[in-house]
Order: sequence, then structure tokens, then C-alpha cells
Amino acid sequence: MKIDTDYPDALALHEAMQLIRSYEERMTAIQAEGAAAGTCTAVGQEAAAVGVMAALGRDERILTNHRSAGHLLARGADPGRLMAEAMGRATGYCKGKSGSLHVSAAELGVVLTSTIVGGELSLATGVALAHKQLGLPGVVVCIFGDGAACEGVFHESLNLAAVWSLPILYVCENNQWQAFVHRRETMVGERVAEWATGYRIGSAVVDGNDVHAVRAAAAAALAEVRCSGRPFLLEAETYRLRGHFEPDDQAYVDAAELAAWRDRDPLGRSRRALLAAGHDARALAELETAVERRIDQAQAFALASPYPELAELTRDVFA
Amino acid sequence: MSIMTSQQALADALAIEMRRDPSVLMFGEGVATKRAELLAEFGAGRVRNTPLAEGIIAGTAVGASAFGLRPVIDLLFAPFMCFAMDELVNSAGKLRFLSGGQFSFPLVAMAMTGGGWGIGPHHNHNLEAWFAHAPGLKVVMPSTPADAKGLLAAAIRDDNPVLFFSDIGLAFASGEVPEGEHCVPLGKAALRRPGGDVSLVSYGKCVDTCLAAAETLATQGVSAEVLDLRSLKPLDEQAILASVRRTGRLVVVHEASRTCGVGAEVAALASEAAFDSLRAPPCRLTGPDAPAAASFPLEQAFAPSAAAVAAAVGRMLEGGGTVADAAAVA
Repeated sequence: MKIDTDYPDALALHEAMQLIRSYEERMTAIQAEGAAAGTCTAVGQEAAAVGVMAALGRDERILTNHRSAGHLLARGADPGRLMAEAMGRATGYCKGKSGSLHVSAAELGVVLTSTIVGGELSLATGVALAHKQLGLPGVVVCIFGDGAACEGVFHESLNLAAVWSLPILYVCENNQWQAFVHRRETMVGERVAEWATGYRIGSAVVDGNDVHAVRAAAAAALAEVRCSGRPFLLEAETYRLRGHFEPDDQAYVDAAELAAWRDRDPLGRSRRALLAAGHDARALAELETAVERRIDQAQAFALASPYPELAELTRDVFA
Repeated sequence: MSIMTSQQALADALAIEMRRDPSVLMFGEGVATKRAELLAEFGAGRVRNTPLAEGIIAGTAVGASAFGLRPVIDLLFAPFMCFAMDELVNSAGKLRFLSGGQFSFPLVAMAMTGGGWGIGPHHNHNLEAWFAHAPGLKVVMPSTPADAKGLLAAAIRDDNPVLFFSDIGLAFASGEVPEGEHCVPLGKAALRRPGGDVSLVSYGKCVDTCLAAAETLATQGVSAEVLDLRSLKPLDEQAILASVRRTGRLVVVHEASRTCGVGAEVAALASEAAFDSLRAPPCRLTGPDAPAAASFPLEQAFAPSAAAVAAAVGRMLEGGGTVADAAAVA
């Protein structure tokens, strides 16, 4: 499996975001048909995922969460194996035992994925300690949301990472929603990055719906961690355009807010920028069609894959 | 052999294992402060103090163990583990399975528990059965200094997360301990005293209670066998069943509360797999389903006494004893 770190141009970044969008929209359709369990998407957050992954090197280890499809796909995951995992098939990255929520793919450097909100924050310090103690190459990248930042372990993690000088790039995808609760009900401030200051951890805030801005900010943040050996927090301001999990009619979402963020949809912005830069509209449409075909193939692969044999029920419990 | 306390035996095991394997490190609340010898020998990278924050201590151990280190963490007192339940249960216990076997978590989480210090249930709570019930975790609780050393060494060498509980009441009890490298395999019970009339199955400091009861019973012409489980998970089912088949009577004794405790598991095992051998219903003598009080007499009364064990056996032999009666005796 090839770790995808090579995004040569704006078109490649756009294609990566389109792949994530198509994958997640297909998963919601599959869920609606009853062929997959309640899916958590990150529709609208594609620029944050692709921008960060495009800044990373091969040696980075990434800890993510239940909204991980974008991170995995941008890191080079095979959509077929990912979809197979979400559908509980033996060909999935975790033999179908994870489902969509806790997908790890060590071959891609995506490790110890936890669905418990904040779980990744408790584990990242340990991975970084191993990197530091054993001299392993690469920085540890810990991706979480504003909801996880309200967990106690966020603060424990930042404090220990600062005290022990651990090489962690914390990436907060502030998508404004914590399950069914808007961030403004749970935090007095606007930004998670403010909390890093209290731990003397450097931070930056970036427009999380601008893939180029995210990539540049992530590259700068990564350089800072590599150079200092200390943690850094990058906050990407973005928005989850779909509900907490599928299905969700989003009746509780302010319509004006949703409309405003739809206007800032990272894919729309990327498409407009490509057209403004002289790319051909028909070529972009063909790209989207090609991506849809890849998702068709992924779905066909997943559906043709067997379920795990029942012996898997008790395998991999102990080493 | 040398004579040392359980505390000294644990320190001995830590030093030997850290010398033997450079990937072993230890951190936790006051670890570097209280284990100055380890700090002096192995340095600040491998012997670390941490904030008083059990969640991140345990999570850090889980993350580190997946990538080449073998952490031993000291969470001090078992009730503090409640702050580390996500990391221990959801991460250490489940992420190997959830990832289809991509990761393993060779770590040891230590904590003390049990009566003996009179400081109440936020320090004293025998919650070891919680972790035996959770998948992917191993649980040990030694009763002797030699086993403290040997089980800790085996736990450090094991490729799985091991919860290592120590009895507060045994911390300064001394005994013979083998010198040099010493491993007690996980999942192997120890027959402390052979006997033919009844099996007293226990672990931790209640093993001593059972041995004292067996002495009393011997003066009454009753031959009691004492089996020390040592590991609660994996449980040495063969040893339990062999003992029950020999004696035909089972009394399980532990300080932990009664409902869904280890005793329930042992009694169920005997009922399921050695029913034909049983000459009386299995009996549990346990702590009550209540928090442990700080007040010394109440704290001491929490754990079953040797007299209560001997009395329960007496009633069982008379044929009049039921589980409920025996519980009332405790």
C-alpha cells in the first residue's frame, strides 16, 4: 500500500477532496438502504483532511477519530477496503471488526483510532513518547474536534505533551458541532487554540475550508514541531454540513448558518478557484465522473467481499 | 533466597526487568520521587514522574506500548483507576481486536487496594473483578513477596495489558524471595496447602486468612486445601476443578464485594464443570456490597475472617450450610 503524500497541484488536492465527498455521500446512501450501520461523516470538512495529509511525510503517525474516512482516503487508503470495513467485511482494513468508526491502517501510519471522543488525545502522548525515546522518525499527528477539546483528557494531553516536550502536532477540526450540540453552548470562547496558550503550546488558526491555506499552515506547524521537538496546535475552522450520524434531518440546525457554510463548501471553493485559474469545466466534470466510477468499484468490491468467519469473534483479543 | 517485603520484591523485579530489557520504562504519580534507585540507575527518560492525572498516564502507556516500549505505570490506589477506565478498558482492552490484530499493548498498570490503612473507599476498593470482566486485559493479585516479584516480571514480559493489584495489608509483610530473574507464569494458581475435605480458593491477602482457617480446621480433624489463584484472568480453571474434584467442597474467599465478584465466577465454574463431584453447594465468603469504611473495626470486618471461613466449612460439613447462611457468617 502506497502512503499518499504526493499532491503536486491544486487539481490533485481537488480530486482528493472529491474522492472523500463521493465516498461519504455513497456511504450515506448505503446506510439509507440499510446496508451499513449509522455512519458518521465529515462532509464539508474535506479541505481540513486533505490539507493536513498533503503536508505530512511518510514517517508521520496519525491518530484520528470516528470521522476518519477523509484522513484515511487522503493518506492513500483504498476506498474499496475502507468501504468493506464500514460494511463489516473481512477484506476491510481491520477484518471488518471495526466498522466505520475506529478504522486503523498501520500500513498508512493511521494508528490506534478511537471512537471515544478524546480517546486519541490520551494515546497520542504515548506514541510520541515512543517516537522520542526510541528515536523513531516522524511527528505524531493527533486529529480531534472541538467536542474532544471539551473532554478533560484534552487538557491532560496538552499539559503532559508540553511538560515532556513531545513531538505532537495537534490538529483540531473545529466543525462547530459536538454531536447534537452547537459549540457555542459548550465553550465560552470561539476557539480551541486559545486553550493551548495556557499550556505554553504554540498555536495557529486557519480557514479549514481552504485546502491550500490548511496545507500551508499544516506544513508550517509540522516544521515547528520537527524543529522544536515540542507540541503545536493547529485549529482548522470548518463546519460539518451533515448531521452527527446518519440519518439526521438536521431540523435543529439554524438554516441561515447552514446556508452560509454551504456557500463556503470547500469543494465549491476549490472548483471555483480551478475554473478561475483556467481549468476546463468539462475536464472537472470528467474528474468527478471518474471519481464516481472509483466509488462504484469500491462498493462492488465491498459487496462482493465475504463477512468475517465466526472464529473472528474471539481472535485478536490477546496477543 | 532472601527475605524481603512485597514492596521490596516489586522494586527488585522492576530493577531486574529494566536491566534486562531497555524498552521497559516506568512512570506515574511519584514514581521518580519514590523509586530513587531506579531513577539513579536508569535515568530520567525511563523513570518518570507524571501529573496526578490517571487518564493521561494510562493513555500514554497504551500509546507507548503499541510502538516499542513496555511501560509500567503506577496508578497508586485502585479507585484512582476510575479516571483511567477509557484508556484501560476501551483502548488497551479493545484496540487490538478492533484493529484486526494490528497492535499489541505490553503494559502493566499497578495499583494498591484492600484494607489495612484505614483511609476509606476512595483508596481501598477491591475492583479487580471489573477488569477481569473486560475483554483483552489480564489481572493478577499476588499473596506473597515471591509471587509479587515473579508475577510482576511475568506481567512486564507479557505482550498484553496486565492489571497488577497489590494488597495494602501485605505491602510490608516479608517472606522468602528468589534472587535474580524470577517469573511466575500468568494464569497458574498455586496450591498453598493440600487437603482432602474442602477447597478454600482465594487470592491476595485472603490466602493468609484461608491458611489460618485451615490450621484451625486441622485441629478439628478437617483437612482443608488452600488454592491461591494468583491470576484472576486468565483463571487457572484446571487447578480449581482439580481441587474441587479432589475435595468435593468449595469455599471461595475474597475481600472484594460479593455480587459478580471473582467468587461468583469460581463457584459457577465448579457448578458447571465439577457438579458431579460436589458434595455441598459452593459457598462464597466475601466483603459486603458496600463501600469500605475508614473506621478501623469496620474496615477490618469488611474482609472475611479466618474464624468465619472455619465456621462456614464446619456448617458445610454438617450438611446444614447454605450459601446464604455462610454469607451471614461472614
